[in-house]
Amino acid sequence: MEQIVVPKKHNLRRNLTILLVAALIIGSARFAGFSIVGTLSGILRGGRLLGRMFLSPAWSYAPRVVDPLVETIRMSVVGTFIGALVAFPVAVLAAENFIRKPLISRPLRFILNIFRTIPAMVLASLFVAVFGTGAFSGVLALAIFTFGLISKLTFESIEAIDYGQVEALMSLGANQINVLRYAIVPQILPQFLSYTLYGFEVNVRAAAVLGYVGAGGIGQVFEQNLSFRRFDRVGVIIILTFFVVLAIDFVSSAIRRRLV
Amino acid sequence: MIRFTDVSKVYPNGVRALTDINLTVEEGEFLAIIGLSGAGKSTLLRLINRLIDTTSGAVEVDGMMVNRATGRQLREARRKIGMIFQGFNIVKRMSVLSNVLSGRVAYHPTWRTVLGLFPEPDKQIAYRALQRVDILEKVHARASELSGGQQQRVAIARALAQEPRVMLADEPVASLDPITTVQVMDYLRQINVEDGITTVANLHHVDLALKYATRVVGIRAGRIVYDVPIKGLDRPQFFRDMEQVYGRPIHHDEVLGEA
Repeated sequence: MEQIVVPKKHNLRRNLTILLVAALIIGSARFAGFSIVGTLSGILRGGRLLGRMFLSPAWSYAPRVVDPLVETIRMSVVGTFIGALVAFPVAVLAAENFIRKPLISRPLRFILNIFRTIPAMVLASLFVAVFGTGAFSGVLALAIFTFGLISKLTFESIEAIDYGQVEALMSLGANQINVLRYAIVPQILPQFLSYTLYGFEVNVRAAAVLGYVGAGGIGQVFEQNLSFRRFDRVGVIIILTFFVVLAIDFVSSAIRRRLV
Repeated sequence: MIRFTDVSKVYPNGVRALTDINLTVEEGEFLAIIGLSGAGKSTLLRLINRLIDTTSGAVEVDGMMVNRATGRQLREARRKIGMIFQGFNIVKRMSVLSNVLSGRVAYHPTWRTVLGLFPEPDKQIAYRALQRVDILEKVHARASELSGGQQQRVAIARALAQEPRVMLADEPVASLDPITTVQVMDYLRQINVEDGITTVANLHHVDLALKYATRVVGIRAGRIVYDVPIKGLDRPQFFRDMEQVYGRPIHHDEVLGEA
């Protein structure tokens, strides 16, 4: 039988891509001062450190971790609440299918995008600089972070609603507020509550480190003990924080599953 | 009375939906609008309560120029015009009662309706409306639990709660099975006859138009091409005339029969 000859496939593009990616990885590693020897010795040192943290944690220190932990949760609750509260009306204005005023929704979406690109840590250090150390700065940072997160998710939910229900309400002679109350809120409320709970989960984790820049909560105690090299206490803080975050995530996602 | 005078509608994307519509619907009529998908039936209906703006011409409902009404005036005009939809469009996450009560929103100040504080007479209106479409026993059910036919009946009850003078029905039975179709159409006729509510319905099925309407208007490519009263209609002639509306005559075996 006659052989079929097809032209050879050109692999130039693929080879060039591989070369480029390899060059980027090696280049960045050099720039970052990465070395294999350094990493290995780091792992050994890290292992010793972990041993000091978790082999004999200073359990007697636990009672003194409770208050800052509770403060962390409180900060998350208040921050989430304020953030969600502001996020709702803003999301309504930012959704393009309801108000239909591009002059409002476009700039609003742009601002929301900016808000979401700022990490909570950066916000917190900013507020610590302005308002001083303490939980207030942390709450403010969490509120703004939550606001950015929830408003974005919510306005996307509003834009995905069944518009027929809005049309029906308009045909009844309803004004915008009634349309919101009877056609939009019933449709997005479960999602909104779910986003708020999700924001709370994220905030508890974020709040745990916010103290590092002086914004209150467990992070602050963590940072102090770390600087005194009290690794046995650091171990206790990490273990307790871990279980609190785990418990909150568990409960919150269980509720969220029921909501939507 | 509904009156269209030289009405045209061009959508922002350039689609010409309706051209030079002149049409008067008399008080108490049951008007069926027939035509192919995309002929402009839904647009025509939505101009009557200004869910869509007219491009030119005038739309008048009971002496009010709806195409120029805005704000409170428009909401008061809409209050008198009930509408039901192919997709029912009731709020599924609310109870049946809340849905029907929402038909009363335009009668009360916003603070009251937002709080859901409807006065007792309104509740009586809602119960009576539900009773008329035989679904009062579902008053406290969540709307999402109902079947399609039941949802459409709740939608009719909601429109009834408006105490409207005009009822618009946009493909009211297109998502329903034949049995429920007859039920829903029967309710619409009953309301039309007993309350004298002027009814305009877009219908896909010619035989439903023949059975329920008092007058049939055919639309093709945005123009009214056919307009006859049902009384004394010569049926064989009617089916031949459908060529004007659908591009070819309708044969007897294509009709669903006596629905």
